[in-house]
Amino acid sequence: MTKRTYINGVGCISTQKTFDTVFLEEAIVNHEENVLAIVPPAYKEYISPAASRRMAKGVKNGIVASALAMKDANVESVDAIITGTGLGCIEDSEKFLKSILDNNEEFLTPTSFIQSTHNTVGAQIALLQQCKGYNFTYVNGAVSFESALIDAKMQIEEDEANSILVGGVDENGDYTTSLFKLNGRIKADNTAPYDVLNSTTSGAVYGEGASFFVLENEKKENTYAELLDVSIINTLEKNEVEAAIHSFLKSNNLEISDIDAIVLGFDGNADFENYYRNLAENSFAQTPVLYYKHLSGEYDTASAFAFWMASKILKTQEIPEIAKVNSIEKSEYKTILLYNQLNGKNHSFTLLSK
Amino acid sequence: MEALKEELKNKIITTLNLEDIAVEDIADNDPLFGDGLGLDSIDALELIVILDKDYGIKLVDPKEGKSIFQSIETMAAYISANRTK
Repeated sequence: MTKRTYINGVGCISTQKTFDTVFLEEAIVNHEENVLAIVPPAYKEYISPAASRRMAKGVKNGIVASALAMKDANVESVDAIITGTGLGCIEDSEKFLKSILDNNEEFLTPTSFIQSTHNTVGAQIALLQQCKGYNFTYVNGAVSFESALIDAKMQIEEDEANSILVGGVDENGDYTTSLFKLNGRIKADNTAPYDVLNSTTSGAVYGEGASFFVLENEKKENTYAELLDVSIINTLEKNEVEAAIHSFLKSNNLEISDIDAIVLGFDGNADFENYYRNLAENSFAQTPVLYYKHLSGEYDTASAFAFWMASKILKTQEIPEIAKVNSIEKSEYKTILLYNQLNGKNHSFTLLSK
Repeated sequence: MEALKEELKNKIITTLNLEDIAVEDIADNDPLFGDGLGLDSIDALELIVILDKDYGIKLVDPKEGKSIFQSIETMAAYISANRTK
């Protein structure tokens, strides 16, 4: 019999205070910034100053989020670490490339180069945990986190691992952010207030963060939810999404009426919001619809924040008001569907169940 | 010489991101590696780049590094004697 995958621990560092809080009770929507910065935890509580001095914030956030998830799951070791990241350690990549240009390809220092690779986060977590097992990093744009999830689910189903740390992490880099403003991926400066749900302008409100989860093959007292299924589709037209969802649900013997809440990736980009709007106003008009990128900002692994949010909802059975798109409520939340895409590409469907 | 020592301490703190250490915390004769400041081999590479980039000194014999990078005192003395900029 195929082993099931349970979410037994969660940890999230984001542009909200998602640590030392219950569930988004201190969340604030920032309409004034087009790039949101993380709320930093007390790194020194998790990483020694000697180790942290070479780490960029993405690495530190990944380490703290993974430590929170492991503490939450009450586990001291895992069999594997699987990370998803869109841009990896972009801060140190920028630093290293800038140093090459500024110094005419001379005087290259090792530190920023060492920390600039995409798999730095997974590697540093493994070093700190002394985990010598399977360690893999997926760099697949906006489905990086979902790629990591699929791998983790398969590892558990195939009995390759019993306990896996899986997460998504991305950080903002100043130069990359300025390029994203130039190419329209981020909303233009000085056009506040920035609205994510009712936007009429192009570009997204950007963010950064790290969310990690302990997935295990065993249901425990502290289990948040079961990860039922994950699906990735590279390209879909707006009018194809509904059929893709039907097909995804059907493969799990479910129908739209079985979904107790849907979490959509509205990011403020008016050019692509109909991917979500069509669902919210048609197929899921009678379903509680939630959104989160007004809290987390858009980034390649922002869907890991949605995964964190859905896990919390299934455990607490409460939906924070700040995450609601409509006012529909259910007496019980048993099954949640996550749908995300970025600029019409990298569509992902993730299904969680209580 | 005193100004150079102060300059080196500042450079080391900034370049090596020694967040919790101030210039006053580093004595001129404190060992930079091991029990002193606790620097490691990656830091040694950073120090070699500082010598080259800021003082025009290229270390041709890596064995020299051990005595040069013993302390701020030894670094400053070597730089004073060999700097080209």
